[in-house]
Amino acid sequence: MKVELTVNGELVAADVEDRMLLVHYLRDVAGLTATNVGCDTTSCGACTVLLDGESVKSCTLLAAQADGASVITVEGLADADGTLHPVQQAFREQHGLQCGFCTPGMVMAIVSLLRENPHPTEEQVRSGLEGNLCRCTGYHNIVKAALAVGRLSGQESTAAENGSAL
Amino acid sequence: MIPAQFSYRRAASVSEALDLAAEYGEDAKFLAGGHSLLPLMKLRLALPEVIIDIGRLRDLSYITDGGDHIAVGALTRHHDLEHSELLARELPLLAHTAGQVGDPQIRHRGTIGGSLAHGDPASDLPAVVLALDATLVARGPAGEREIPSGEFFDSLFETALQPGELLTEIRIPKPPVRGWSFQKFTKRAIDWAIVGVAVQGNAVGLVNMGETPLRATAAERALASGAGLTEAAALAAEGAHPSADINASREYREHLARVLVGRALEEAATRA
Repeated sequence: MKVELTVNGELVAADVEDRMLLVHYLRDVAGLTATNVGCDTTSCGACTVLLDGESVKSCTLLAAQADGASVITVEGLADADGTLHPVQQAFREQHGLQCGFCTPGMVMAIVSLLRENPHPTEEQVRSGLEGNLCRCTGYHNIVKAALAVGRLSGQESTAAENGSAL
Repeated sequence: MIPAQFSYRRAASVSEALDLAAEYGEDAKFLAGGHSLLPLMKLRLALPEVIIDIGRLRDLSYITDGGDHIAVGALTRHHDLEHSELLARELPLLAHTAGQVGDPQIRHRGTIGGSLAHGDPASDLPAVVLALDATLVARGPAGEREIPSGEFFDSLFETALQPGELLTEIRIPKPPVRGWSFQKFTKRAIDWAIVGVAVQGNAVGLVNMGETPLRATAAERALASGAGLTEAAALAAEGAHPSADINASREYREHLARVLVGRALEEAATRA
């Protein structure tokens, strides 16, 4: 069937199998390979993207279900001039990654979390990331990164929203 | 992993969904959020030939106050249950438990109707609707009918829904006794409960303690006849036939049920 998506602000359209999963549409059709397939069983969160602004696991969604929707992957976060999204910048500053495999999903899960709750407590960040696994067990600095953005947006309330589609 | 071949049809209305279901019969499955069905299809444990996507029927996504009851549309997502002020006020057991399902990503997609119609005894919400004495409303070729939650869960992954019937609404009476609690024991945060317990007043629902979600009737009877919480909790596993699997033996599940029912009754008492 024909599936049309707005991916990172650009229209992508293709005829695909009815059974194609969103993650494969993003990787194989749109050519955006930052979104990883990890466990492939809705557990690890490596494939997390934003669907109409909310975090979802793209390994557990048919591309057909997302037809007509807007999808943001981690490739779509930074500004055109390369300025990192505040969550990406915080991962860099807080050393929020080790091997990097879970990072795209972690970043997207945190972007979604902060949209729903801009100033989360540490406990809220930890439970908000319950759907994302890091096999390097680097959780502590990932949580620090999320909290750093939460504090930053407390001081400069619009910083996280400026200059990007988010 | 990708699912086996199927044809995808998207319903634009409830009547179109019912027409499609009538056309394809037992070869078809409804797809709501897809977070129970798609994982099974990827594992080839479910092989529907036709998928009828009902995920866009927004008129089945609502939470309304019906006076003596709350009406919840079957396509209301866990995320919306979790953040509903009306539920937080009137049915905190449902709002809280919806926030314990899976993880945030799953709650952005999964729906209450999908979870109930899937009929998995390890899911959280079936035990909650049992403890709340909900009524399930289904629409089919012969019109609408109401199914008491106590008659809805037939066996493992089997419900009273007939082929061609669509679960449309969950009606939940406002509970006469306010005290509530939900307890679940998992190894990882996002796992299905090894055992879970939903308590509203003296009603006790059990997660993953048998082929279907069920009520802890022996414990409920003890409470009704004036037994203390500890005495009632000791009866939590009476009449249940939990399975043994990689996570727990039958005996361990029975032990967990007694411990968790005890904790749930104590917590509910503090909220009564």
